Amino acid sequence: MLNWSLILNNFSIKFIIVSNFLKYKNLDYEKAQSLINNTLVDCDDGELYLEDTKSESILLDDNKIKSSSFKRDTGYGLRGVAEDKVAYSHSNDISEKSLEMSCDNIKSTLKHSNGKYNHSINKTNQKFYDELDPIENKSLETKIELLKEINQYARSKDGCVKQVTANFLGEHKNVEILRPGGELFTDSRPLVRINVSILVEKNGRKETGMYGVGGRQSYDNYLKNDDWKKICDEAFRMAYANLESKPSPAGEMKVVLGPGWPAILIHEAVGHGLEGDFNRKKTSVFHDLVGKKVASDGVTIIDDGTIDKKRGSLNIDDEGTPTEKTVLIENGILKNFMQDRMNARLMKTKSTGNGRRESYKHVIMPRMRNTIMLNGNNTQEEMIKSVDKGIFAVSFGGGQVDITSGKFVFNCTEAYEIINGKIGSPLKGATLIGDGPSSLKQVLMVGNDMKLDPGIGTCGKAGQGVPVGVGQPSMLIDNMTVGGTQL
Amino acid sequence: MLKEDEHLKRLAENFLTNLKKSGASESSVLISNSISETVNVRNKKLDGSTRSDSLNVVLTAYVGKKKSSISSSNLEEDHINELIKKCVETAKITPEDELNSLPDSELYFKGIKNLDLYDETFIENSKKIDFIKEAEDQAFKKKEIVNTNGSGFSQNKSNFILANSNGFIDGYKSSNFSAYCEVVAKSNGSMERDYEYSSKRFFKDLLEPKKIGQKASELAINKLKPKKIKSKKMKVVFDKRIAKNFLSSFAGAITSGTIAKGTTFLKDKLNTQIFNDKINIIDKPDIIKGTGSRYFDIEGTSTDKLNLVENGVLKNYLIDTYNGKKINMKSNGRASGTTNLFFENGHEDYKNLLNSNKEIVYINETFGSGANIITGDYSVGASGFMVENGEFIYPISEITIAGNLNEIFNKMVLGNDLEFNYSTNSPTMFVDELTIGGK
Repeated sequence: MLNWSLILNNFSIKFIIVSNFLKYKNLDYEKAQSLINNTLVDCDDGELYLEDTKSESILLDDNKIKSSSFKRDTGYGLRGVAEDKVAYSHSNDISEKSLEMSCDNIKSTLKHSNGKYNHSINKTNQKFYDELDPIENKSLETKIELLKEINQYARSKDGCVKQVTANFLGEHKNVEILRPGGELFTDSRPLVRINVSILVEKNGRKETGMYGVGGRQSYDNYLKNDDWKKICDEAFRMAYANLESKPSPAGEMKVVLGPGWPAILIHEAVGHGLEGDFNRKKTSVFHDLVGKKVASDGVTIIDDGTIDKKRGSLNIDDEGTPTEKTVLIENGILKNFMQDRMNARLMKTKSTGNGRRESYKHVIMPRMRNTIMLNGNNTQEEMIKSVDKGIFAVSFGGGQVDITSGKFVFNCTEAYEIINGKIGSPLKGATLIGDGPSSLKQVLMVGNDMKLDPGIGTCGKAGQGVPVGVGQPSMLIDNMTVGGTQL
Repeated sequence: MLKEDEHLKRLAENFLTNLKKSGASESSVLISNSISETVNVRNKKLDGSTRSDSLNVVLTAYVGKKKSSISSSNLEEDHINELIKKCVETAKITPEDELNSLPDSELYFKGIKNLDLYDETFIENSKKIDFIKEAEDQAFKKKEIVNTNGSGFSQNKSNFILANSNGFIDGYKSSNFSAYCEVVAKSNGSMERDYEYSSKRFFKDLLEPKKIGQKASELAINKLKPKKIKSKKMKVVFDKRIAKNFLSSFAGAITSGTIAKGTTFLKDKLNTQIFNDKINIIDKPDIIKGTGSRYFDIEGTSTDKLNLVENGVLKNYLIDTYNGKKINMKSNGRASGTTNLFFENGHEDYKNLLNSNKEIVYINETFGSGANIITGDYSVGASGFMVENGEFIYPISEITIAGNLNEIFNKMVLGNDLEFNYSTNSPTMFVDELTIGGK
């Protein structure tokens, strides 16, 4: 089975590459192949990465179609890796002349290298999304019409709705990875996102609510059966709840996190700290903790690139490695880091298919895909009942981490007080701060209601943004510091 | 090599002609070209290099009051002609917006370009490596510095041409050199990182590498073995590198787009007191060699000096053409945001600020998105130092600071130590009482 798919795959890949190279009329396949063979011969690793990305953004704002824009970005990135050094050169001029200049640039950086090129990459024909162009898949007219309907529907929900912003973001990215010796890998990646943001005003107070959905399939999968109304309903519900919010408390307290998107906590608290580069460099607090207990019993966290049509899923990563489901923490014990090829080689392990880049303009780094905490046995009700004084955090704007000190923050956009085991008033958005290595040891209960986020996350690292997913069940944390104003 | 003005101008004129032929009633073209080279060093060894060469075009077509824009990094003629057709077709099916238009041609930049924004100097990669290694060498002289997160040196050169069917065609070259050093200090199980960086238009104006390394190492070492303090209301001093973030939040709250939509806590505050009367804020685009200096904005509108806040009173918004029309004001050339934005120097000595109370929290790092410009609510994660009687006592971390920007703007006291290191700059800032979340 594997052999068969391998052959089939190779065939189709060659076909695609040749046809695409023909499109780039200033560069032919044979020539590109011989240039990279020659340049990467003394390297340990490297490739020519070609990308052709179409993207669109249609924005409705303040009752009008504010912008409709389309972008076509094509280019290449040539990378040579020798020991722990990376030389990278990229250009949007896909021509022999430009590639020759990049080759010289790579050779001059890595001039004394004496590597042994590592050819091994498993081939795969795994497919977690269809080959489709979501931009062409739905006409501009219907997108504009639907944005107008969204606007009308959202404004009709209540007189207090003062502003509605809605947008459609679509992308179709075709990547081709060419390695010395004729190894070829391709992937065709659709990605869409639909966002609605609502501003409400009542008695002089303004609050917003935001909700979105998305993933690697056509827009219509998220819009059919009037599903788009649910996006508006959710944004409105959040904004409306915040109108009644009171100042948040300050200080340490128990925190119940809702399921789904609040898994930003997992992403920040442990996710980044488990990326291979920081651990190879020993700058992460987790670098010497493999095999050690880093979380409470019952806490299992995976990073999964293989979930059907999810925003963080990939058939292959940007080095050509098939993605997989990587166990990071199993029942509280740290098991694995997330690796790209270079960090894996230097740490004497295998790539986990986490080598990603924002575009051909960016170098490869180990990055998360869909980072998920698995189900436990408790219910959300039990968690809330057990708390005398604390907060229940339902949605977040975003988070950030300092991987060296382990401190992380995230910003609540919807939260409630918990008093004597009952949910009370909504609280004004507050920052929560914690310490990565200790916070997961303070998990008191893990819920049985695991949910994936709706498909809206973009993770930033060293200036590069990549689409990711998160997921978790409800969770009770013993102690976190809440950044409110009330003592 | 960076593409020359004449070449870019010829391309731009061609594209404008084709846009017109394809049915655009008005149009604009922005072509930008940049070449940047970066080297990275880690633990005093070369870690990698990146060279990027990019050429990009943004085409905007108006068909009456309908508008669409397309951008592409492939400038081959056939491809562009196809995109031009698509751009005009898309504009035609996009709903009309009566406010869509090219900028007012009276406001176009017509002055002399004499701000020295481009340095011809070309630094070879080997020199870049030497520069940044020297910074790391200096940092490693301290025994607590055990590792680096990486240090780097970048040289960026760019050129652009903006042209529109109203006859505007102009552009200019600019350069930027930057160096950063990020080190890790370790002691008795505590590990902390910090950084220093310098970014200038001209290579010779960069901070000396030794000073960069020295500063980064001191900052990281000083953070070691932090304590968490109790939750309470406290007087806070913000280090310059954090104080400038309040200017960015302020700028976000007075852009014409947010004003027009009402999504800012500073709506309808023009000509009213929003800071205390000692505060002045200026956006000055014409600083010679300034990192934020600019002749005109992304629309071609001339960018002149603005006194945004005078004696605490909000005097101007940051206005672009489209949103300006919405609020019945003319563009002041801020479609690309602020330029060199700063608080005018205050009167207090740094020492006096630290001594203004027996107990003070000194903050030199914050994280998280922080300010909500719709409500003005402010809440961030933070680290810094406890200061008692003007002396730094111990580092603190894992705390939060919360308040409201209205209250902070009203209470802030500025030091007299303003420097122009970045494009947004603030002197040291004291704020009387914010809520600290801790133990």
